[in-house]
Amino acid sequence: MFYREAGDFKTSYVDDQQTFPIRFDRWGVRVLLLVAFLVVPFLINDYWEKSILIPFLVWSLAALGLNILTGYCGLVSLGTGGFMAVGAYASYKIMTAFPEVNIFFVILLSGGVTALVGILFGLPSLRIKGFYLAVATLAAQFFLIWLFNKAPWFYNYSASGQITVPERSVFGIVVTGPEAASWATYLFCLVFVVLFAFVARNLTRGRLGRSWMAIRDMDIAAEIIGVPPLQAKLSAFAVSSFYIGLAGALFFSVYLGAIEPTEAFNIDKSFLVLFMIIIGGLGSIFGSFVGAAFMVLLPVLFKNIMVGGFGWPTDMVQHFIFVLVGGLIMFFLIVEPHGLAQLWRVTKEKLRLWPFPH
Amino acid sequence: MENRVTEEPTPEAAVTERAERSANADVLLDLRNISLSFGGVKALSNISFDILTGEIRAIIGPNGAGKSSMLNVINGFYHPQEGEIWFDGKLRGPMKPYQIARQGIARTFQNIALFRGMSTLDNLMTGRITHMHAGIFWQALWKGRAEREELAHRERVERIIDFLEIQSIRKTPVGRLPYGLQKRVELGRALAADSKLLLLDEPMAGMNIEEKEDMCRFILDVHDQFGTTIALIEHDMSVVMDIADRVVVLDYGKKIGDGYPDEIRSNQDVIDAYLGVAHD
Amino acid sequence: MSPVVLNTIEVILNGLMTGVMYSLVALGFVLIFKASGIFNYAQGVLALFAALTLVGFQTGQVPFAHVINATFGTDYHHWGEGMNTVLAILLTMAVMVLLAWLVERLVLRHLVNQEPIILFMATIGLAFFLEGLGDLMWGANIKVLDVGLPSGGSFWWEDVTRTWAAEGTEYWGMYIDVLDVWAAGIAVVLVVVLTLFSQYTETGRALRAVADDHQAALTVGISLRTIWVVVWSIAGFVALVAGIMWGAKSGVQFSLSLIALKALPVLILGGFTSIPGAIVGGLIIGVGEKLFEFAIGPMIGGATENWFAYVLALFFLMFRPQGLFGERIIERV
Repeated sequence: MFYREAGDFKTSYVDDQQTFPIRFDRWGVRVLLLVAFLVVPFLINDYWEKSILIPFLVWSLAALGLNILTGYCGLVSLGTGGFMAVGAYASYKIMTAFPEVNIFFVILLSGGVTALVGILFGLPSLRIKGFYLAVATLAAQFFLIWLFNKAPWFYNYSASGQITVPERSVFGIVVTGPEAASWATYLFCLVFVVLFAFVARNLTRGRLGRSWMAIRDMDIAAEIIGVPPLQAKLSAFAVSSFYIGLAGALFFSVYLGAIEPTEAFNIDKSFLVLFMIIIGGLGSIFGSFVGAAFMVLLPVLFKNIMVGGFGWPTDMVQHFIFVLVGGLIMFFLIVEPHGLAQLWRVTKEKLRLWPFPH
Repeated sequence: MENRVTEEPTPEAAVTERAERSANADVLLDLRNISLSFGGVKALSNISFDILTGEIRAIIGPNGAGKSSMLNVINGFYHPQEGEIWFDGKLRGPMKPYQIARQGIARTFQNIALFRGMSTLDNLMTGRITHMHAGIFWQALWKGRAEREELAHRERVERIIDFLEIQSIRKTPVGRLPYGLQKRVELGRALAADSKLLLLDEPMAGMNIEEKEDMCRFILDVHDQFGTTIALIEHDMSVVMDIADRVVVLDYGKKIGDGYPDEIRSNQDVIDAYLGVAHD
Repeated sequence: MSPVVLNTIEVILNGLMTGVMYSLVALGFVLIFKASGIFNYAQGVLALFAALTLVGFQTGQVPFAHVINATFGTDYHHWGEGMNTVLAILLTMAVMVLLAWLVERLVLRHLVNQEPIILFMATIGLAFFLEGLGDLMWGANIKVLDVGLPSGGSFWWEDVTRTWAAEGTEYWGMYIDVLDVWAAGIAVVLVVVLTLFSQYTETGRALRAVADDHQAALTVGISLRTIWVVVWSIAGFVALVAGIMWGAKSGVQFSLSLIALKALPVLILGGFTSIPGAIVGGLIIGVGEKLFEFAIGPMIGGATENWFAYVLALFFLMFRPQGLFGERIIERV
């Protein structure tokens, strides 16, 4: 009743191939974008920026990236943290070596660099599948982090081994460094997220996306009907790493400002992003956002309840969240492998018929 | 070409028949002395036969005769240790299966190999992948060539959907479809490739009479309407004898018969292979 | 012999000892993989959990004590002096069996016929669950595990090896930890026991049948569910042994589950279905990373042990995806 698609007929294939074929959805998304761009920047404060909105946006990008690889192409990676580090260090190196380059392009270039590294580590995927590949990506995780720790060139020989972001601005508005305003960093990240969510949607519904899904669903048959496996898998690695690189670059330059690789990009980050897409929904753009929101909000929520309410120490809450998330992962894999995104679809179908059961 | 055909050790009658035919029609696929083995196991030994443009060629034989291996050789999934494959007048070098698909060979599988997570429409669109060439940049923006391409191929695919009468399941994930419909979608995916040669691996396996009749109808219609050359494996003899132009019979990886359906019907080797023969 | 050669030998010996530890964890992986096709990521955490539980029983900790204290403001710590080590080990074993049963009942049973990669991700979930649970139950502080095994350097071996050095060179003998030697011995015993068990007992035969062919095993009346519980219990037992060894060596702490991650490259080398493979793979990785660190490490900044195993596995995967002892994979349509 509230949510209708009846009467919403399509008279051309162009109409039928839209991103949001249902009128109601189209309006919903427009309103959401308007609020995100025009309302939120006026309301945002430091707390919302640092603990909810920026992490959500950055992790959404990372989740989109991993979802392209794992959800669409069926290749599991445990190297997300390592690839984010590549993005972060690439942005640092570009920023310090070419100070005149606009930060917007710095971030894009960092994604490009990460894509190349991703292709390199994706090469084994031609011969190996499933958890074998997962182990291979662990090599990326551990090796890359070690490299950024041990090779002084990457941190410009700084004594602490840390990298710190220089101040950069877009249209005269500072977006990195301690002077950046909350609304500026938020909008900067939001532009990337919206832009690349749109790109991800287009890529996944076209030829490339279909060849990824074909490889995921039945790789041998895919090759026999004409999907080149090399091209499909490596392009998935490249695109996925590009997104993860963007996320890493934003994570460093806009969110944290200063990092030390072993802490910022350890293997827990890889798992965090994997959990986002499992809980949000494998093979769903929308699911990547839901998963990121869920995993960002969950600790915030429980810290507020348990530390504030029960007086638990923070590390205990952390362990409790481990139990909870681990349990949820198993729950979702058993009950709804397509995650919250699928639950949402089911709810929509119910809503369409409400209040009648059939 | 003529010489080679007459040299083959086939029954006399068939040789003359074939010589006549090949004078009129082009040979689309020519397999010469194909041998394939896995480790010590010989799956195919010294098999030669050809497929003419525009015909329906059946490959039959008892279980384990090497029929599916034969198809796998044709579309390049297995590489025979010996023998030559001539497709469309050219000798085929070492190639990957997807390159062979691009040359114009499409197929269906014995155990349905659809992309279960994708809709019927997307499965069929994937079948057209060898015809799509838009670069990643335009795909990312969904503009220009990418968009035009999607629309053009969508139209082509919709024609196949109409032809196979599967309009109502266009957007259904194929994993949810019943077996018979899945078989039909798989045929559709192979058709979408607009291939020169269509390989069908037991298209009617596991179907009831009605579904079989439907499938026969589709195969014959495809053949008539699109003029596609078809090679098919089938167990149901009555079906084979009805729809095939020519039949090749394999047993234990060897060719034991090759010719028109009525020749095969009366071929003593074939009868022995199917009914068993008394050993002393 | 010159000190360089002797040092190299010492590195190799220590690598072998570390390798034994890796093998112990890898063994648990192989057992579960063979019987259920599940790549159990949680095996390392299982070792951590077992060790935590063992220490808890030994020292008489109250489970969830600090959770209860934090919530209700009470002050529970220990219920007594703790218990005898043997009894604690037996009780821990019982906990591991219970855990195996719960895992089968609550998770595996509902994931039958899922793709291996889904099962793999489910065990990652299980790993996080157990890690959090272990810390909530017993506290996250680093614990000392002492089951009465001797430890420390062997003086005898130092004296023996000192005489090997060439005349006139300065060499002070090789260091080898007695605990490591014990661990190696126990690992050997464990493998022998497991082999005997799978060869000569009815359950063992059933296990092998299931490993060979699930369907066929079902048709002759073997209960898959029982087998899974058994196999997870055995894996729990192996995890307990590994946990004891690691714990006695470097304390019971979170890093245990990270070290256990190294069992994954071990499996890539050894093949997922081969027990000898797990052992040889463990030894190769153990020796390989120690030698690499010894020979190349100083040149490139050290700490290469963090990644050497994985990169080695990566190269291995490129050239021999089925591992050293695995069977060649033939793909079919």
